[in-house]
Amino acid sequence: MDRRQFFRTTAVAAGALALSRDLEAITPVLPRVSMVKDPGVISNGKVNAALIGAHLDRLLALQHDVVDPLEVFRQRFSPKDRVGIKVNCLSGRRMSTHVELVDALVQRLIKVGVPPQNILIWDRLNTDLRQAGFKLQPLEKPVACAGCDTLGYEKELTLHRSIGSLLALAVTRYCTALINVPVLKDHGIVGVTLGMKNFFGAIHNPNKYHLDHGDPYVADLYSHPDIGSKVRLTIVDALEAQCEGGPPFQPNWCQDLGGLLTSDDPVACDRIGWAKIEELRQKKGLPSLKEAEREPTYIHTAALLGLGSDDIKTIEVREA
Amino acid sequence: MASPEKRRVNRRQFLISAGATCAMAQLSLPSLIRNTQAAEMLPEAEIYPYPALYYDKQPNKRIKCTLCPRGCQVDDQERGYCGVRENRGGEYFTLVYGRPCTMHVDPVEKKPLFHFLPGTDIFSLATVGCNVNCKFCQNWQISQIRPEQEKSYDAPPEKIIELTQENGVKAIAHTYTEPVVFYEYVKAIGLAAHKEKIKNVLISNGYIQEKPLLELLPHLDAVKIDLKAFTEKFYQELVVAELKPVLETLKRLIKAGMWTEIVYLVIPTQNDNEVELKEMSRWIFGELGPDVPLHFTRFHPEYMLKTLPPTPVPTLDRAREIAQQAGLHFVYIGNVPGNAAEHTFCPSCGKVVIRRQGFQVIFENFNQGKCRSCGYRIPGIWA
Repeated sequence: MDRRQFFRTTAVAAGALALSRDLEAITPVLPRVSMVKDPGVISNGKVNAALIGAHLDRLLALQHDVVDPLEVFRQRFSPKDRVGIKVNCLSGRRMSTHVELVDALVQRLIKVGVPPQNILIWDRLNTDLRQAGFKLQPLEKPVACAGCDTLGYEKELTLHRSIGSLLALAVTRYCTALINVPVLKDHGIVGVTLGMKNFFGAIHNPNKYHLDHGDPYVADLYSHPDIGSKVRLTIVDALEAQCEGGPPFQPNWCQDLGGLLTSDDPVACDRIGWAKIEELRQKKGLPSLKEAEREPTYIHTAALLGLGSDDIKTIEVREA
Repeated sequence: MASPEKRRVNRRQFLISAGATCAMAQLSLPSLIRNTQAAEMLPEAEIYPYPALYYDKQPNKRIKCTLCPRGCQVDDQERGYCGVRENRGGEYFTLVYGRPCTMHVDPVEKKPLFHFLPGTDIFSLATVGCNVNCKFCQNWQISQIRPEQEKSYDAPPEKIIELTQENGVKAIAHTYTEPVVFYEYVKAIGLAAHKEKIKNVLISNGYIQEKPLLELLPHLDAVKIDLKAFTEKFYQELVVAELKPVLETLKRLIKAGMWTEIVYLVIPTQNDNEVELKEMSRWIFGELGPDVPLHFTRFHPEYMLKTLPPTPVPTLDRAREIAQQAGLHFVYIGNVPGNAAEHTFCPSCGKVVIRRQGFQVIFENFNQGKCRSCGYRIPGIWA
């Protein structure tokens, strides 16, 4: 091949590659949400630590059609990443992200080469983490665990769509990748608190954004580049689920479900989570969230923003 | 600490210092804040709950706050919009009682209050938190945060009284952020202050429900209300609140005989419309009377409104003219050092009775609350 042929071939290959990327970008990908349920994983709020890892693996295999669920971690996290695991610990030991589930995630990150020193479990407050059963660890320790009250916030105000907040340093400075591990539960003001709402823990003033059922604030915050774009994995902890009286733990409205949900589409994930809560409400004879005048309209707003799909007819739901 | 009487000067002193103040003002707004050597500083990330007033209990340990018109419904472990009142197991707590984040001795003119002990200093304090979210807030670094995000002092009401007396001042102002959200503290300080013949002042947005307001009034001596605009649209979009309750507060204050002054921050293109200014001036005249001082103050770009320019002085002049035409007797311009509209003019003979330059005050034709030239009684609290 002479020089002229080489350049011609290279140009054609480059053009083809660009075209294929374009095609990939415009090919609609059906949103998919997977859910696994195993009532044996939890009993009276106590998680069976020996089973939770396999339960998580089953979820990821179901969602991603992989034999080895570690492949999901391998593809998404590199040893250079600093991974933040955003938990939801507002409601004490029972209605917060379960420690055992987070341990299983940490083990898998370490297995694919993420150094323990590069892993941070975080939420809004140290107190909340402690009360949910997490052991606080400073940043310099392997598998750190800390609240934003000690990790700190940016000093400069971030103005993004309807949001005017100081962002947590955990998302702006520390983490290159996020794993979002919210809880499946009802929320007395915004309807449901799931994946997108979990990032209210990443701003200094969440109290200012519960107005109008959190709409459009939840969606607007998630659309911030330091948040939504950094989320590489979402696992909704539905080991226990609460369909009324949230976000605090209300034993009469809470049940062991033994469930986990995942999706790469944050809107579809929240939409299906919401549907699950509606199912539980119906079984308990409760009115729908719309009838209760707290429909989580922010989920549709997120869809309009292009963050994902809330069209329940087009979301592929896999259950096992 | 300087004597509170120090800023009351004679005419010669006034003219000398006025020149200097004017020159300084061209460079930056003069700051006469004196830091207090105060109480023990408490660490961040610690909160100290104290039982809150004004809330109703609801099912599922939820509460409904009845302090401000927002009426937050707050679930267990959650906080209200203000960020400083928290539901703990179905009981409501304030997290800022006795925990000011800032304390200073300020000229009373800085509040601004022009008809309340002019020329004196006032012990000024704030805790964090606010029940609105003005996009133009000048103190958002403390008003829009939560208690665990800022260091605070351990200063129960008796400590505030002690510090006030040590600094030789005769009044306390709850200011900088929004005192409605530290209501219990304001009330307790007022109770203690009055026992020591110290006055207690509220610098507020007026966003408070009727019952808590009326129950606070016996512990107050003066109130300054920030009327942020005269349209619901502005309140909804730029304040995240409602106008109507603020107007109700103003009417209640006047009806109760509370000394009240109003500040209106004029923001270019947002609330400087002449029709709006006319309607507001007419409303004040009709509902509150001609003697309520109205301060039009100059906006400086801040917080979420950084792209707007400072208010042009002619806009402020026009606002003042409109208010005067509506019949208001005491209309001032603020944040424009050296502007003649800082002076108090006698509504009867038109002479200057109190001359102001920055925070310097001279009683020119003023004697025991009256115009020395014509004897007209100038309303206010003068001693």
